[in-house]
Amino acid sequence: MMPLFANILTEPVGVAHYLVVGAVLFVCGALCMATKRNAIGVLLGIELVLNGANLNFIAFGSRYLRDSQGTIGLDGQLMSLFVIVLAAAEAAVALAIALNFYNSFSSIDVDQADQLQG
Amino acid sequence: MSDPIYWPSFFFLLFAGIACAFAIAVVVSSNIVRMAFYLVMSLAATAGLFFVAGADFVGSMQVLIYVGGTLVLLVFGVMLTSQDRFISMKTSRFELGMAAGVGACLFLLLLFAAWSVPEWRSLSREQVDAIALEPTATPLGMALLGARVDAPESPDVAGYLLVFEIISVHLLVVLVGAAYLARAKRKGSAIAE
Repeated sequence: MMPLFANILTEPVGVAHYLVVGAVLFVCGALCMATKRNAIGVLLGIELVLNGANLNFIAFGSRYLRDSQGTIGLDGQLMSLFVIVLAAAEAAVALAIALNFYNSFSSIDVDQADQLQG
Repeated sequence: MSDPIYWPSFFFLLFAGIACAFAIAVVVSSNIVRMAFYLVMSLAATAGLFFVAGADFVGSMQVLIYVGGTLVLLVFGVMLTSQDRFISMKTSRFELGMAAGVGACLFLLLLFAAWSVPEWRSLSREQVDAIALEPTATPLGMALLGARVDAPESPDVAGYLLVFEIISVHLLVVLVGAAYLARAKRKGSAIAE
């Protein structure tokens, strides 16, 4: 392990720095999905996870973070555009399901959605 | 200090700090309205990170679609379900502690993976300064239409026309389905249906 923040202000950042930020967003989103009892809170966690993945795509596609032989070029940005669109679609459907659940049970607590429990 | 501050790195640190701090605030907070606001801040700072990485078009789309569209949708969800007892739902201490442990392990694993590849370290200052600035909007639009103007020397690089069409139809179907699922019903009639 090299020193993390020794010369970060005077030297350009690399892919690894972006991956660390993406890891923080991903872990926060996963914990949010696991611990929140509000269904909308679970949806917010999903957005965080998708955003962390997006950040990694952008980092691997950027020409400024590593030499241009190694980058995936424009494909990274295209993938992250697709992820943004799919996240919008996912949020619309998941929100519709959550509102349907709320209309039926007058509750948004995911612990009460246990009618399919065996 | 011998070297002057390298400003792109400074802005990377600024945006990364905002994004990570508000992402952690989303997890820690138990108030759903505050969580939504923290998520808006985190995603907006991520758009700043996209700009710093040279992805200007994707950064703008992040602000436009994510912050301006998707999160407004989620905030509407918060407003529609905001009875008093659902605003602040506490998680038990045991679950929070276990989640913190699992999350720390996962984060350490990802951190180790990110720093263990030498090719992922940063370039030198001279190398980065030698790279010419290129806008990405036109190459992205052409790639979505199937023509890769960014890689003219390698004709086997694929375009994304089919993916673009599939994703367009998918978005249409999903929005129709969401409108059908969420249409107004009388309370209590949903179970009987």
